[in-house]
Amino acid sequence: MAELYRRFGGGLATVFVGLVFLWLAGMVLAPNVMMIDYALRPNLPPAQVGGPDDVYSLDNILYLAKEGVHRAIFFKTVWASAFVAFATFVVCYPLAYWLAQHATPGQLGIALLALTIPFWINEVLRTLAWYILLAFRGPLNAALLGIGIIDQPVRWYGNAGVLAGMVYAYILFMLFPIYNSIESLEKAQIEAARDLGASTWRIHWRVVMPHAKAGIATGCVFTFMLAAGSYVAPALLGAPGSRWFTEIIYNWFFEGGDWNRGAAYALVLLVLCLVVVLATLKLARVNLTDVAK
Amino acid sequence: MIRADRISRFLFGLYLAAFFVYLFAPLTIMAAATFNTSRFPTVTPWQGTTLQWFAELARDRAMWQSVWTSLVVAFFVVLISLPIGTAAALILTSLHARARGFLYALMVSPLLTPGVVIGIATLVLWRQLGVGGGVFLIVVAQTSFIICYVMLMVAARLQRFDRTQEEAALSLGASKLMVFRRILLPFLRPALIAAAFLAVLQSIENYNTTLFVRGFETPLTVFIATKVRTGLTPAVNALALIMIAMTVLGAVAYEFVRRRQAAAGARTG
Amino acid sequence: MSYSVELHQVGMTFGATRAVDDVTFIVEGGEFFSILGPSGCGKTTILRMIAGFLQPTEGRILIGGRDMAGLGPNQRPTAMIFQSLALFPLMPVWENIAFGLEARGASKAERRRKADELLKLIALEGFGDRMPGELSGGQRQRVAIARALAVEPQVLLLDEPLSALDLKLRQHMRAELRALQKRTGVTFIYITHDQSEALAMSDRIAVMSAGVLQQVGAPRDLYDNPATPFVATFVGETNAISGKVMAVENGIASVETGLGVLRGRAGPGVSAGQGAKLYVRPEALVPGAGGDNTLSASIERIDFEGAFALAHGRFDDGAALIASIPSTDLSSAPEIGSRASFGFASSHAVVLPDG
Repeated sequence: MAELYRRFGGGLATVFVGLVFLWLAGMVLAPNVMMIDYALRPNLPPAQVGGPDDVYSLDNILYLAKEGVHRAIFFKTVWASAFVAFATFVVCYPLAYWLAQHATPGQLGIALLALTIPFWINEVLRTLAWYILLAFRGPLNAALLGIGIIDQPVRWYGNAGVLAGMVYAYILFMLFPIYNSIESLEKAQIEAARDLGASTWRIHWRVVMPHAKAGIATGCVFTFMLAAGSYVAPALLGAPGSRWFTEIIYNWFFEGGDWNRGAAYALVLLVLCLVVVLATLKLARVNLTDVAK
Repeated sequence: MIRADRISRFLFGLYLAAFFVYLFAPLTIMAAATFNTSRFPTVTPWQGTTLQWFAELARDRAMWQSVWTSLVVAFFVVLISLPIGTAAALILTSLHARARGFLYALMVSPLLTPGVVIGIATLVLWRQLGVGGGVFLIVVAQTSFIICYVMLMVAARLQRFDRTQEEAALSLGASKLMVFRRILLPFLRPALIAAAFLAVLQSIENYNTTLFVRGFETPLTVFIATKVRTGLTPAVNALALIMIAMTVLGAVAYEFVRRRQAAAGARTG
Repeated sequence: MSYSVELHQVGMTFGATRAVDDVTFIVEGGEFFSILGPSGCGKTTILRMIAGFLQPTEGRILIGGRDMAGLGPNQRPTAMIFQSLALFPLMPVWENIAFGLEARGASKAERRRKADELLKLIALEGFGDRMPGELSGGQRQRVAIARALAVEPQVLLLDEPLSALDLKLRQHMRAELRALQKRTGVTFIYITHDQSEALAMSDRIAVMSAGVLQQVGAPRDLYDNPATPFVATFVGETNAISGKVMAVENGIASVETGLGVLRGRAGPGVSAGQGAKLYVRPEALVPGAGGDNTLSASIERIDFEGAFALAHGRFDDGAALIASIPSTDLSSAPEIGSRASFGFASSHAVVLPDG
């Protein structure tokens, strides 16, 4: 801090500190503290707020544990998000490896451009594109019927649609960290492994993936977090049978009218994401500083 | 051996093709559907080529209202997040390693928080203060995490700043304010432009956070998502097509400026 | 007359590191003063304390008789030229030069006029609208000087500004800097690790080692009368022969060495019975026996340098010998591999105590 004041002088430094304080205290910490406060209080009519019944308890969180449908949706969201992360990894890894180790500079430039363009486009629009593609009387069914793979149109909306849309939405968050970490692997290491007679699978499993561990962890963590917190894809591409945890939260706020339970559910989602993120990063020994790149 | 190599090459080629089809097919179909006369946006069957959906879009008052809302929000998001993000980056680079670690974790924490949670937390705090959802809350909620992006971009550029320039200016008699205004800010300008661009994009495209704090406002993303429920027509595709064209143009311009800056940097550096 | 700069018992400690210890010297107004020493000797720290980037932990710094304690670099009558030059890459040359005037609130027309005037002084007329990145190394160097002179400083501080240039340009810039200093009359304090640069340009030189001031004097004085072993070996080439002082008479010390008894002028603090070294310059060694003292050594190689040749050899006690022979006398040079004798006058050698 002393260095900040020495460098910029009292006036500017105070302005900087004030602005950042406003942000961190007023826009990051205070809202979260208030959300926790909400989550721990009962939902009372206005007259009783501050009264004898307005006490802290874990009831709202325990409600999630007791309510069978919500609990099932919560766990489904967790494992489905993990599956989205895994699927995105499977889709991206070969391309990331090829781009980092084999592509010529020309191919690399074109591929990176082609990859980035869709991701400059709004997530809602990208999901809308899938909505159109997957419609019951839509182009995908028409094409598959045309080739003769299916003889009845398939209802894609639901789990399949949500999965396809999410993987699509988060490709870049997975591809770039993996690409960056594989890029720093020396070609000689792969060649050495090949000379020693290692199979392709073995080379990837024992040489490339351990080297790219940090990138893979970063990509998976981000994808998981984005998937678990996503609202667009389940709302547009889901079906009544494929509800997502975020939709339950939304309903508490805008249909159920119980903000306290909504806040409690949001808190559970936040804790879940933070635990998964921090635990994975710790396991993979990735620094928070590297993640942000 | 050679045969196996050929097969694996072929399989990889197939994978690459599938990957890029996966990447572009949905967008292409969405774009193409704009020109089909069919009331529901699709390309199968092709009922006839038309530009009528652009006209219909132009007549949609609600759509124009939502564009306006999104632009107003984006304007204020940039206005607030640029100075705060810059200040955060400057504080971060002026701190000692130990204090920096903690502050850094706090500063990037909004990036690790699901968007819906940011929206909810903002909503409950401000309800307590008597403020309901609306443009103000959308701006506040979006700004709280868009600042992170600005901070990271400015911090990245700051790492390449040669501090002796500050000393040189001081030794020539400049005040600290003048050093900031004439030396540091011009140096940060490319990063600030890029950050402003990114902030606008992030703000306009945001849905998860905005959904909870929008009150009775309907920003563009909410408008589109609602249309899906209440009656999707290719007019929405026309809107999507225009937005995509603008985004791609913006992205190309951004990339062009960035490369020119990099080239200029290489020359003077 | 420009301002003088005085350092009184100045010390600087960074954490556990003692960077500068009890340094006192006075730079006269209008002097070209160099601070010479190897890297890490504290010379840059001293310059940064004079400039105001660092506040000394002990002692006082006076510029023009005024105590500078607590004043920042922008409040001092100094300007600094940095090793990296630190030109502002995003401003055209003329704005770089006029930056200090801008800080003082001069109008744009005034700034432009003054910049053009200085561009003429450094022979870069018409370069005002170029960007620094478009200039050659020597041109950038001159712009940095003009930028510092534009604020009409009383004291100009130079932190090894020539080190990035190639040899030819460096020699040219030395002369230019020296001429500029004479013409402007500004006090120059020049930091360098290059002793030939310091010897060629300076009115006086302060030699530093490990944070301690070794000696202050005119170049000739340092060369002929080094006060410490460090100065004797760091400034110019020398032969050092270890021994023990037997007697000091009339300012001449006799030293018992492994090569016999040798005599030289007694430096400060020399007394009989001490361990000491006798220092004699390569050019003071004359081939053949002669003078008051004679040495012999085996010759290992002779390097022809143009104006002179350097004979490298080894004394019987294993110490290295270096002797310079004028090219005009090369016929008297010893054969490689032979034993050769050299003589020197006692007045050309200095004896300094060890430690």
